[in-house]
Amino acid sequence: MIAYIVRRILYAIPILIGVNLLTFTLFFFVNSPDDIARLQLGVKRVTPEAIEKWKVAHGYDKPLLYNNDEIGSARLTDTIFFKHSVRLFLFDFGRADDGRDISYDISKRVWPSLAIALPTLLMGVLVNITFAMLLAFFRGMYLDTWGVVLCVIMMSISTLFYIIGGQYVTGKLLRLVPISGYDTSWQAIKFVILPVIIGVVSGVGAGTRLYRTFFLEEINKDYVRTGRAKGLSELRVLFRHVLKNAMIPILTQVGALIPLLFIGSLIMESFFGIPGLGSYTIDAIRHQDFSIVRAMVFLGAVLYIAGYLLTDISYTLVDPRVRLN
Amino acid sequence: MPQFVFLWTDRLIFLLLGAIIAFTIYALRHEHLRAPWRQVRQRPLAMSALVVLLAYVAVGLLDSVHLRSRLASDNPQAVQYAPEIISVLDLIGEPLIRRTEVSFSAPFATHAFVKEVVEKPDGRMTMEYPRLRYGGRHLHNPNRRVADIVAKSFKGVIVGGLIWMLLVVVVAALLRRRDEMFGQTLAKLVRGDGAILWWPVTLTAGAVIVLISVVVNLSTYYHVLGTDQVGQDVLWRSVKSIRTGLLVGTLTTLVMLPFALLLGVAAGYFRGWVDDVIQYTYTTLSSIPSVLLIAAAILSLHVYITTHEEAFPTVVERADLRLLFLCLILGLTNWTGLCRLLRGETLKLRELDYIQAATALGVRNAQIMARHILPNVMHLVLITVVLDFSLLVLAEAVLSYVGVGVDPSTDSWGNMINSARLEMAREPIVWWSLTSAFAFMFGLVLAANLFADAVRDALDPRLRK
Repeated sequence: MIAYIVRRILYAIPILIGVNLLTFTLFFFVNSPDDIARLQLGVKRVTPEAIEKWKVAHGYDKPLLYNNDEIGSARLTDTIFFKHSVRLFLFDFGRADDGRDISYDISKRVWPSLAIALPTLLMGVLVNITFAMLLAFFRGMYLDTWGVVLCVIMMSISTLFYIIGGQYVTGKLLRLVPISGYDTSWQAIKFVILPVIIGVVSGVGAGTRLYRTFFLEEINKDYVRTGRAKGLSELRVLFRHVLKNAMIPILTQVGALIPLLFIGSLIMESFFGIPGLGSYTIDAIRHQDFSIVRAMVFLGAVLYIAGYLLTDISYTLVDPRVRLN
Repeated sequence: MPQFVFLWTDRLIFLLLGAIIAFTIYALRHEHLRAPWRQVRQRPLAMSALVVLLAYVAVGLLDSVHLRSRLASDNPQAVQYAPEIISVLDLIGEPLIRRTEVSFSAPFATHAFVKEVVEKPDGRMTMEYPRLRYGGRHLHNPNRRVADIVAKSFKGVIVGGLIWMLLVVVVAALLRRRDEMFGQTLAKLVRGDGAILWWPVTLTAGAVIVLISVVVNLSTYYHVLGTDQVGQDVLWRSVKSIRTGLLVGTLTTLVMLPFALLLGVAAGYFRGWVDDVIQYTYTTLSSIPSVLLIAAAILSLHVYITTHEEAFPTVVERADLRLLFLCLILGLTNWTGLCRLLRGETLKLRELDYIQAATALGVRNAQIMARHILPNVMHLVLITVVLDFSLLVLAEAVLSYVGVGVDPSTDSWGNMINSARLEMAREPIVWWSLTSAFAFMFGLVLAANLFADAVRDALDPRLRK
């Protein structure tokens, strides 16, 4: 087990290097630092001196990969690639274009993000399993058929509609909760409720339909028939046997959601004015702050790999047959 | 004659259309390819959805034929063309484009939504809701509006109904077998006991035609879905957005397909180091959250466009390139799923007897992959393509909201939602732009989802009964 985890972590290194090279290519080869500087300073009427000054101030004045003017190892370290990309591996994200420390901002903003993302994920899975079980129990009946149609209708509605509609109905018409904002400590709960509910509702269509197919796949297997032949009640069959065995595909799907949550909350956070990582990224994209986008790409990739590793480990918990090696 | 202009996306969309027609003709001639589609043909919901999809596609195609209209000039030798590029759809909807109001107006309104200073005949200045320049202009008494709308809709229903009946009769005449009475064919068409389940098709087509006829009839007198901040007709903007939605949904798949097919099949077939390299590539790509990769790429493109302004002479061309690039980058983040699927399937297929036999007979690798493996993974490709379509249409709206979607000058549902978002804060709220963008998008996505379901059920061997 430990050996397996170590091996997986080692395997993550070349992937992260690849991610880094890719973003480096996107930001520095497709566009030279001069282009970025010109964009930041306003396109028209920029003097070459102003560009040089901006580049020096943000550390973009070095050669890209290989510095001929230095000696020894500094030839490789005193370059843009080393200063801006390699340092990401040490989770040293440097400074944003406005001079703020990115690592500090991230450590502050990760908590509001989690406060939204974690309840959304957990409640979403719970709600989806409940509805999917219901449909599976009534399979082949009208409730099931129309339930599936309802799921398709629900998944055809844009997430933006759920957000805007939900904000309008609960926030503006009924005045139940504040429309947007955030607060420290436990006061934050009233700001968290609405995004979590909307997050769960917007995912219910697709999730229920998917889980229903997982359950139906298990329901036709021999061990279920055996259980029924023994005289177990249908509910017991569903909860004791089908649910347990359907956990593997469900976990796979949830594992794939871990990094997605981080992105999904991108839109949620920006709509609800929550100072998390998602709104941080969106602001960076809007202000074209490349250092922050680069840091978030790297962090996102790390989270993705971690999510998959966690999924694989959780297989051993739900299925004793799975041995990681 | 106007001068036709082919934008990059136009070329690709017609290429795709040609490929679909070619595949249809090919599939019609081969029984094993025709069989699953027969199952699709028998599902009423899927056939209705197909009709709705075709209506969207027709609008999108009309909007994909671009031209420069010829300027009127006295000199027949020196032919001059208008500088702006328009589409055939713009020619049809010209009255709607021309009839712009000053600012917001509600659906079917006769008066503006915001008060303005109006000068009275006696010289006094008052604040009031002015009459619209075009919406409901023909009414002398705005209080008779509802009766007028009902009368005009009724006329639309009659015209639409007549067109529909004519269409049904024409289709029946075309389908009639030599040994049948005309009435028999018509009855078959309505009851639907032929090879194709006709009644959902005719019913849906009827509903779509009547709806279009009513809306067209009304929109020459009113702004059916109101106007937006700059007074543009919201209905027209929603219709123009159809092309963008369809393009993002289809072109993305078109650009990713070659990669996914080639790499997925190669990885599964050759195994070894080829497999390792390809697996590494797609794991790396898919480990970057797609929104961030798209944002990074679009930002880079943005820098390129602003620093190379001279390369893009018109706004339309620049917007077109950005749309194409968005499709490309969406494809790049999207192909990994299909690639993984194809690799797995190829790994299974290559162990089968007939592939082993082909290898033993000395068939070249390329030929084995093209002739023996590719046709057997095509169902996976088709299923992925139709399932992805609706996801991509929805993704476009979200990306435009984040600011990394299509060009702000392009009509798209995402851009509509994005610009209408702030109007929600007004009191009373301006709800029509948002609602109509969501409604148009919902129609397309729901139709695509329902159709995709039927295609998957028919093509997936695990689900086939």
